[in-house]
Amino acid sequence: MSTPTTTDAEALIENLDRKGPMHHFHHALHKYPWISPGIVLLVAVIIFGLINHRFWAISNLSLITQQVSIVGAIAVAQTLVILTAGIDLSVGAVAVLASMVMAKTAAEQGVPGPLALLLGFAVGAAAGALNGFLITKLKLPPFIVTLGTLSIFMALTLIYATGRTINADKMGDAAGILLWLGTPIQVGGFKITYGVVAMILMYVLFSWVLKNTAWGKHVYAVGDDPAAASLAGIRVNRVLFSVYLVGGIVLAIAGWIAIGRVGSASPTILPDANLESITAVVIGGTSLFGGRGTMFGTLIGAILVGVVSNGLVLAGLDQAYKVLAIGILVIVSVALDQWIRKVRS
Amino acid sequence: MSDLSSIQPVVQAKGLIKTFGRVVGLNSANLELYPGEVLAVIGDNGAGKSTLIKCISGAETPDSGQILIDSEEVSFKSSLDARAYGIETVYQTLAVAPALDIASNLFLGREKRKSGFLGSVFRKLDHSGMRTTAKEQMTKLGIGTLQDMSQAVETLSGGQRQAVSVARAEAFGSKVVILDEPTAALGVRESNQVLKMIELMRDRGLPIILISHNMPQVFEVADRIHVQRLGSRAAVVTPQTHTMNDAVAIMTGALKVDEKDQALGPVRVPATA
Repeated sequence: MSTPTTTDAEALIENLDRKGPMHHFHHALHKYPWISPGIVLLVAVIIFGLINHRFWAISNLSLITQQVSIVGAIAVAQTLVILTAGIDLSVGAVAVLASMVMAKTAAEQGVPGPLALLLGFAVGAAAGALNGFLITKLKLPPFIVTLGTLSIFMALTLIYATGRTINADKMGDAAGILLWLGTPIQVGGFKITYGVVAMILMYVLFSWVLKNTAWGKHVYAVGDDPAAASLAGIRVNRVLFSVYLVGGIVLAIAGWIAIGRVGSASPTILPDANLESITAVVIGGTSLFGGRGTMFGTLIGAILVGVVSNGLVLAGLDQAYKVLAIGILVIVSVALDQWIRKVRS
Repeated sequence: MSDLSSIQPVVQAKGLIKTFGRVVGLNSANLELYPGEVLAVIGDNGAGKSTLIKCISGAETPDSGQILIDSEEVSFKSSLDARAYGIETVYQTLAVAPALDIASNLFLGREKRKSGFLGSVFRKLDHSGMRTTAKEQMTKLGIGTLQDMSQAVETLSGGQRQAVSVARAEAFGSKVVILDEPTAALGVRESNQVLKMIELMRDRGLPIILISHNMPQVFEVADRIHVQRLGSRAAVVTPQTHTMNDAVAIMTGALKVDEKDQALGPVRVPATA
């Protein structure tokens, strides 16, 4: 029966103002969204190692980085697109198309290696430009555009490759450069490939660009609120187009990494690359609603997916558990993102 | 300087006409903004005040009529053109990028690059320089309480966000700052903060156009009040010569003002900033 007195109300307000550990954690997550996947990654590495000590073996950890290199590279392009509040369902198809162009021009037209590589980059850029054109000029939603171009690029790859895989021995002199990213190198006890190095370099590069250039700020602003960005004088369509174009080139590099990793170019590799790249981005703390996220988070997300797949296999569990675990990680990550976005000072 | 009649307008709109299909937005509308003053623009919904302001800020192009900046005729194709003339607009919708920090928002679209090699070749932004300027700018407008310029704008209150927009306009608006309903989304205390910023800008000599529905606020800060009615100017009054009821009466057409009295010259001696 007690009516709230002034002191009760004051106590309540004081309680609201008190900045407890939860408040600080919330703010830390808001500023550094990669913290939560980072913690999960750390815990996963410890638990999988405790279950099966072979998980911690340097050879196994090296293998994980190599397994992650292709999807990790694709996820760079996906991060750029998702930061603009878009989505790219055609990433895997673009990477495969670019890799087929590199291998087939070298194998069948006898195009020299460096030129074959450049042709692949050009095809990647053209594919990105097509997506960008349809999204900015025809004003179609990215989901629909890339759903369509996913089928188109996949079909073009199959038609162009006539359904055949091109093995390394058919690539002739160009094999050296086309397979170069598969070259293993020793770093300490680690055995990684140039492909892994290339992937990490792309993360470093785009991390720097997003943080330190006007273009990077504009990518965030466009994803955050395109109307506000436009009022601030940013040419929104130009930024969007450039993101898809740059993404296309990144995907061609991912295709190159794939040739090195697999040792051949096949029209049917990377069937799950689209969803896996989106998974890596989302788990890495980048918001599907655009405007927030980091490259570093995506790298952690991609490694986490690799660690979970590898660790569950070593723990003797069926592949289905990997799919289950990743599904749970995605939902938890998006739920966490919704909470992080509610931050107030 | 004390001779008010010799003061030339900074912005002048003459006989602006703008139609949207069959709807007449502006019907031969005039407007003058004099140096160092706060000109409020009031009017009922559909009176054409937004259209008038959009023509001046470059968001709309009038069908006919002239816009003069410092007696020079201009024609704006977009708000970017108006900005090039030092005309900045603050919108009621808090046009900021919430996830970016205060300094990035202040310089959004006009980022400062580092000097030398890093800036010219790698196009590296001058983060510390932009933060320092942002801090100075916020302090200048009386928002010194915000310490951390790397704080995301979405962690700020509505008033603080609007302060960021006003600070941005003030930093780049060398000629005119237009505020379109800047307090519509704000509470009383936060509105007062924005009004104080308006006075601070005026006291440093920057002329301001304020569009508002809030009569008490208009009568508090405006030097002259432009009353828009049915697409053209019905009168220009001052808080000293007219009451709020008079202004409302002119707005609704209950009080007619003679055509020769519809314009009113400058009433404030501009601050020498």
